[in-house]
Amino acid sequence: MSVISAGAAPPTDAALAEVALSRAEYEAAARLLGREPNHVELGILGALWSEHCSYKTSKPLLRALPTTGAAVLQGPGENAGAVDVGDGFACVFKIESHNHPSAIEPYQGAATGVGGILRDIFTMGARPVALLDSLRFGPLEEPRQRHLFEGVVAGIGGYGNCIGVPTVGGELYFDESYRENCIVNAMCVGVVPSERLTRASARGPGNAVLLVGADTGRDGIHGASFASVQFDDSSEERRPAVQVGNPFLEKCLMEACLELAGDPRIVAMQDLGAAGLCGSAAELAHRGGVGVEIDVARVARREQGMTPYEVMLSESQERMLVVVRPQDVDAVQQVFERWDLHSDVVGRVVAEQRFVVRDGGAAVCDLPLDVLVDGVPQRTAPGPRPERAMTLEHRMWASPWPMEETLLRLLRSPNLGSRRAVFRTYDHQVGDATVVRPGGDAAVVRIPGSVRGLAMCTDGNARYTSLAPRRGAAIAVCEAARNVVATGARPVALTNCLNFGNPEVNDVYWDLHDAIAGIADACTALGVPVVSGNVSLYNESERSRIAPTVVIGMVGVIDDVARHCAAAFASEGDEIAVAGPLAGRLDASELQRLGFGVNAKVAPDLDLDLERRVQSFVGEAIAAGLLHSAHDLAEGGLGVAAAECAIWSGLGLRAEIAELTHPPDGERAPFEAAGILFGEGQSRFLISYAREALVQLQDLAARHSVPLRALGTVGGSRITFSGVLDVSLEAARDAYEEALQPSA
Amino acid sequence: MRFGIAVFPGTWSDRDCAHAVELSGNEAVMLWHKDRDLRGADCVMLPGGFSYGDYLRAGAVARFAPLMEAVVEFTEGGGLAWGICNGFQVLCEAHLLPGALTRNASLQFRCEPSWLRVETDSCAFTASCRVGDVLQIPVSHGEGRYVADEATLDELERDERVVFRYVTPAGLAVGAATPNGSMRDIAGIVNPAHNVLGMMPHPERACEPLLGSADGMRLITSVARSLRRDGALAASTR
Repeated sequence: MSVISAGAAPPTDAALAEVALSRAEYEAAARLLGREPNHVELGILGALWSEHCSYKTSKPLLRALPTTGAAVLQGPGENAGAVDVGDGFACVFKIESHNHPSAIEPYQGAATGVGGILRDIFTMGARPVALLDSLRFGPLEEPRQRHLFEGVVAGIGGYGNCIGVPTVGGELYFDESYRENCIVNAMCVGVVPSERLTRASARGPGNAVLLVGADTGRDGIHGASFASVQFDDSSEERRPAVQVGNPFLEKCLMEACLELAGDPRIVAMQDLGAAGLCGSAAELAHRGGVGVEIDVARVARREQGMTPYEVMLSESQERMLVVVRPQDVDAVQQVFERWDLHSDVVGRVVAEQRFVVRDGGAAVCDLPLDVLVDGVPQRTAPGPRPERAMTLEHRMWASPWPMEETLLRLLRSPNLGSRRAVFRTYDHQVGDATVVRPGGDAAVVRIPGSVRGLAMCTDGNARYTSLAPRRGAAIAVCEAARNVVATGARPVALTNCLNFGNPEVNDVYWDLHDAIAGIADACTALGVPVVSGNVSLYNESERSRIAPTVVIGMVGVIDDVARHCAAAFASEGDEIAVAGPLAGRLDASELQRLGFGVNAKVAPDLDLDLERRVQSFVGEAIAAGLLHSAHDLAEGGLGVAAAECAIWSGLGLRAEIAELTHPPDGERAPFEAAGILFGEGQSRFLISYAREALVQLQDLAARHSVPLRALGTVGGSRITFSGVLDVSLEAARDAYEEALQPSA
Repeated sequence: MRFGIAVFPGTWSDRDCAHAVELSGNEAVMLWHKDRDLRGADCVMLPGGFSYGDYLRAGAVARFAPLMEAVVEFTEGGGLAWGICNGFQVLCEAHLLPGALTRNASLQFRCEPSWLRVETDSCAFTASCRVGDVLQIPVSHGEGRYVADEATLDELERDERVVFRYVTPAGLAVGAATPNGSMRDIAGIVNPAHNVLGMMPHPERACEPLLGSADGMRLITSVARSLRRDGALAASTR
């Protein structure tokens, strides 16, 4: 029963555009409601039916992902996913995009992205122990791109350093396709004793709904809708739709919420993110199968004259909703007061599954929750699967430069070189838990109060997904898993952020479709479920569209963190080998991009069964104490990986590869030196070990049917591949450290 | 011995300090900024963080906290206070230590290893070290550039109140080894009575080989031993 009288005439096109609803969606809403929605209801519907909140395009596709497993405590659907990591601890984690705000206001866009993902984690009762950020910009030599890059990095540091959660990893790429739409994906990992996991599902009609934290202002109104449309030349004017972060306030909010986590007086907690109060209150009630009534007159404001519409849609940061029994309100408010946090009872849980907003007495919105949360018509493919244009060119790519110069150019490339200029501006050690610091394959953070450690990374190569969305996405999962395996961890679960263009474009829709299928392929093969994620669409402007960008955030467990494995070489005299196949071609490689400015032909092959075997081999070899180092072979291939191990350790290497100097007859072309050294074949690690371990390693490799190719030895002060490449460690390090520096 | 660890809103090294103190076999108690109670602490630690958001100036608001009144009184009676990072900034703002900590010369936050040379062992905090020892202890701050006027700097040196200097791993003070541009490479100083130490680097992050260095533990051990020795002395003369 609705207390709202039917709205006036149907809204104009301009009114619908403001709330980012199509005419058809509007008509569907009116049909479901049996009346025209009023102005406030239209705004609320627009926000909750936005792609950002409703996943109307991606939801049907995401069902393909495996989300269950023995360790999964919470799959997708909550604020974050949670897995059992042993010793009674749950690891809670999620990745989320903040692309659109960061493109408009890089510092605050990135900062509030960090703030938002932190809230998702501590809302579940977990103390955040690590942050990671996956970033993509246009070419770094362009001043505007450097401005965005530096602003985003400063924003991430500004928020994370102030709140005291270490930023331990992430990745960074530069490519033309991100010139107009940068990518800022923030991931947070938290830890909580399993019994204190807190859910965000309202229960108990009559229970009070507390709004805690910042006062509500006009910032961020239409943020959710704004993230669901593509950029045009007026996007700069959207700056008011970007929120401003206050990490100090969030620190207090976090400590207060963690103090209350697991407290029986807390029925549910939910942070305010996209679509502000209406998004959070609706989700809270919908999950609990109840309704909710909010009185906007009781919401503390920082600006005068705000309408109910503005109060409900504001995306002011650092706010939480907490559901408590009426008799516990005072006691819970006292905890917040101790942290100097303001809280008000702004509503109550009701039995009927409706979403009611009052302004003092009168209801200004009364919508059935199922219409609001689940009513949006789901989108299907705009058209049939398009034919992919096949390149007919049979060009065999080689390097345009001598091998030494090739290596140095790759090391100096902003996509491959040292990230130290970035991570040294992030506090990556606060918490006294960072065992493996940023800069290698995956970071390792120990679980306080346990001997276990968590390995974590983000990964995703859009050059591969551009050429082959399905295989490229599977590679992203495999590579993220490989990063974690290299530290000695067992991958347990992943979170993903899918960054794509406008899904109403047929090609984009199918890219998204295929990428999700690829993630599912790899998850199934490796036995790693997806426990949380985020989809960011409409990353395009009138001029360009981003490459399909799949970012995988992987978490693994190390049973004894003291036994983790490093990526850098360990000792002079150790032997080196490649576990996995040798690469042959330069298609889709960083060298191809650097040397020829193209990303052509085919993405690297991926044999998921081989991938699984290679990972098992390395995992078991580390567990058996046979390895002194393990490093994933990724962008830049064997040559760059070997140089990295050398630069990080200060120890050179001397390697011999027969195929480099004596190509097999008739196979000259596929075994070009550049292909072997810099090709980006998958399912490979560079390992080092004491000579005595070789026999056992060979046995283990044979048992897993994994190719193991001895290369040479660690030592000296040069990086040498006999007869092909010989570079001093110093020259390599100089090139590597130059990568992100502004050119003189 | 009992270490009291100050918790201001925005403090984030409090739990790290407590962890390191407990690892050393001593007791850690948390001291809430709104209380004037030091809970029987033998040494008060003012940890790193962004107290009160560092909104006016780093440490500028924390000095007015009720807890700080108790800390000032405690140090006037000879009690040990140990400010780390933001705690150093608070001690300068509270005029328990001279000079100020300004924006890093790089204008950027810096989180990286640093090497500190022990310049004096005549205070409780370095009593178990030797002059010239090089400790590997990380920094993590955006405003850690120590500045003071020439006369103050001369006085600090003359009175052996410069406790730590940033150096190369080999122990050389070369300027370039200083992560923040501090004057005379100063990383830590004490007050005239040598019972109040302020230092920018984080010893609590360097108390276990697993985390990269255990050199910070030597400072905690120094404090605990000094306190025990003083306690024994007091008991024997009583």
